[in-house]
Amino acid sequence: MSTTPHTAGVAAAPPHGAHAHGDHAHGGHGDHGDHGHHNPDVAHHFDTANQQFDAGKLGIWAFLVTEVLFFSGLFCAYSIWRNLNPEVFLYAHHYLDTTLGATNTVVLLFSSLTAAWAVRCAQLNQKKGLVLCLSLTLLCAFGFLGVKYVEYSHKLHDGIGWGTAYQPHNPKLFSELTASGHYLNGRYVSEIAAERNLGIDGVPYAELDNAGKFQIAEQLRPEFLPEPVKVRTFFGIYYGMTGLHGVHVVGGILVFLWLLVRALKGQFHAGYFGPVDYAALYWHLVDLVWIYLFPMLYLIH
Amino acid sequence: MSTTTTTAPGALTPAVQPESDNYLKNSTGLLSWAMTLDHKRIGVMYLVAVLAAFFLGGMFALALRTELFFPADSTGQGLFLTPDLYNQMFSLHGAIMVFLFIIPSIPAALGNFILPVMLGAKDVAFPRLNLWSFYLWCVGAVFFLVVLMQGGLDTGWTFYTPYSSTKSLTAVVPALMGAFILGFSSIFTGINFLVTLHKMRPPGMTFFRLPLFLWGLYATAVIQVLATPVLGITLLMLVVERSFGIGIFDPALGGDPVLFQHFFWFYSHPAVYIMILPGMAIISEVISTFSRKHIFGYRFIACSSIAIALFGFFVWGHHMFTSGQSPLASTIFSALTFSVAVPSAIKVFNWLTTMYKGNIVLGAPMIYALGFLFLFAIGGLTGLFLGTMGTDIHLHDTYFVVAHFHYVMVGGTLWAFLAGLYYWWPKMFGKMYSERSAIVGSIVAFIGFNLTFFPQFFMGSQGMPRRYFTYVPEFQIYHQLSTIGAYTLLVGLLIVAYNLVQSLLKGERAPSNPWGSATLEWQCTSPPPYYNFKDSPEVGDPYDLDRVQWDPKTKGYVNRPDYVPSASH
Repeated sequence: MSTTPHTAGVAAAPPHGAHAHGDHAHGGHGDHGDHGHHNPDVAHHFDTANQQFDAGKLGIWAFLVTEVLFFSGLFCAYSIWRNLNPEVFLYAHHYLDTTLGATNTVVLLFSSLTAAWAVRCAQLNQKKGLVLCLSLTLLCAFGFLGVKYVEYSHKLHDGIGWGTAYQPHNPKLFSELTASGHYLNGRYVSEIAAERNLGIDGVPYAELDNAGKFQIAEQLRPEFLPEPVKVRTFFGIYYGMTGLHGVHVVGGILVFLWLLVRALKGQFHAGYFGPVDYAALYWHLVDLVWIYLFPMLYLIH
Repeated sequence: MSTTTTTAPGALTPAVQPESDNYLKNSTGLLSWAMTLDHKRIGVMYLVAVLAAFFLGGMFALALRTELFFPADSTGQGLFLTPDLYNQMFSLHGAIMVFLFIIPSIPAALGNFILPVMLGAKDVAFPRLNLWSFYLWCVGAVFFLVVLMQGGLDTGWTFYTPYSSTKSLTAVVPALMGAFILGFSSIFTGINFLVTLHKMRPPGMTFFRLPLFLWGLYATAVIQVLATPVLGITLLMLVVERSFGIGIFDPALGGDPVLFQHFFWFYSHPAVYIMILPGMAIISEVISTFSRKHIFGYRFIACSSIAIALFGFFVWGHHMFTSGQSPLASTIFSALTFSVAVPSAIKVFNWLTTMYKGNIVLGAPMIYALGFLFLFAIGGLTGLFLGTMGTDIHLHDTYFVVAHFHYVMVGGTLWAFLAGLYYWWPKMFGKMYSERSAIVGSIVAFIGFNLTFFPQFFMGSQGMPRRYFTYVPEFQIYHQLSTIGAYTLLVGLLIVAYNLVQSLLKGERAPSNPWGSATLEWQCTSPPPYYNFKDSPEVGDPYDLDRVQWDPKTKGYVNRPDYVPSASH
């Protein structure tokens, strides 16, 4: 991120290098007149490639600031809700699949690496590497959405929707949850079992097999119903936040597709790699938002 | 290009451009406008678009005022509107005026045209994004037309929950989407201006040599970038709340309706400064030029714009004194609100001091600027009544509030917009207008405006609530005065429209620098050439009016050949 077109050009002697690095054209005065000699990669209203690059960089950072503020509204709503209804969050997050969430975290982190690598490839005139990195980034983005699709469709299948659409109707759901998560209404079954010395035929809870643990969970279940009244709130914010994040992933896919086409045409090189750099910055932010969403939604204790 | 040969150090030579080189004529056809990346053409398109929105919003206002000429009769029948229709009219009046007119008026229309020229740049940093933001504005406007066709909007422009989320039966979602998209249009303009002012300044144009109009636009851009996204997410949350019952603002589902007010005003209070800061910035230009005097307190005016932009983020709670927020929060918000008065007053005193012992020329822009000073002072000072918790409890949601913000938004922003429009009109279209009918229009509008809104202070302080379809008989006289005033204002604005159209059709050709200003936009021809400046113009003190002198031949000001920049400023 610290390499400007200027220094990169010196290192790698880009095809259009001579004009891109405008020291010779600049004696302290903007040289607006020589459109004929302008670097084809520099838009007419910029004097130099550096000016164009810097403008784009500041522009993307300003845009990222607006993105952070955009998400901040939801984060703010999240903290207010969680503060008002902590038990809801504690209860409901067990419906989320931590394994899938963690997988997606790794996928996105890896895609951030490939995005950053793409910038480096563009700076070093490595066309093949650039195409490969952009493709990998795209692959990860699609993978992320695929996993998200699996998560959403499982929940919706069981009637776990947002707000008013929260109508769980799968009778096995609770049992499955307790069998896999050993969890009842804000407390772990293992905790309750330990407190009350529960077991089957003298075998304590902790040493039982899954069927046994399940049996104990079922025994305890009536005592710990009903679930928190406002549990739907959690899914409202879950779908809201991950949905908006997903929209940003889709936006990223469109941008990277466009970059891939341009990269295949060989339009990026050491003297001109701004768009790759800006898109990568955007992608890092999308990644960063997920890094906050994952623990805030999936890893509540 | 330049035909003048004598150039003293620091003197500028207005380049004489061939006719075909000006931005209006360098290409023709509808597509050359629709697909243009030229900031000047985009500015002109914005100007036409926001004026159309202003006309539509104004018609709604007249319908409201006409209805209120008489209270509803004993059966609850109005003059010609039903109560429901009345609710929709005031909601659409507010939403259209705020989102489609006032917010984009000065930055997007005048700012787009003037900013790069005044800066000495060829264009804004991202011309394509600029065109995008114009089309986003159009898409937003289309959404509001959809609202009109789908049976209106009756939530008020503020979209308060829970009425907007669960109760209203009108087309709330299209209106929210429209405002959401307009928000993005505004954000993109903000980013564009921010980057342009940081990265496109020509050699010698330091931040403290920027004309004050550009400082105002800079402060505005900061607010647009930092506040509008919060409005965006708020409106989006309300859309999903209303469409899917997600439960954010619904207590039955665990949400909090007052949270909406916090989010809404976190944007909408700074947005008030999006509306007024560019207006103040125009006034700084006009007052200096038409007093023939260097602006007084340049740095204070520049920094006060930034101060207003920053303070504006910490006062949103003063819209919510009656919402049930904690008294401690209200007290803090009230105290912070007063702090905004300080930079605003700094500006006003500096303008007055600029005029003091100046050689005041009463041109049309100056008449509007003086009107601005008067109206803004009333609007600003009545704001203090509303920022004070004790009095606000009494005045909350009355016509006093309506009068206050119309004095600021119309008396302030619209007057400044007209000042700027008259000031830059010769530059934009290359035509002069009739001073006399411009001044007549301005005076009629001024009288009409005061007649409309001054009585509203009285009825508001006596308890007339805002947004009511009818009223008790003792308020009739105020309402009738107000309605008569509204029609007078209409007449004034029609004279303005006639005046400007006449100028386009028959106006004399404008010189490069008709007013004798020292800022850079007057150094290129009127209208400006496509590329604004062939060579980067030389940058000096933007308010050193000694550098120009009257030239009877061109009926404009030209650069003084023997000018030597003074070191005094």
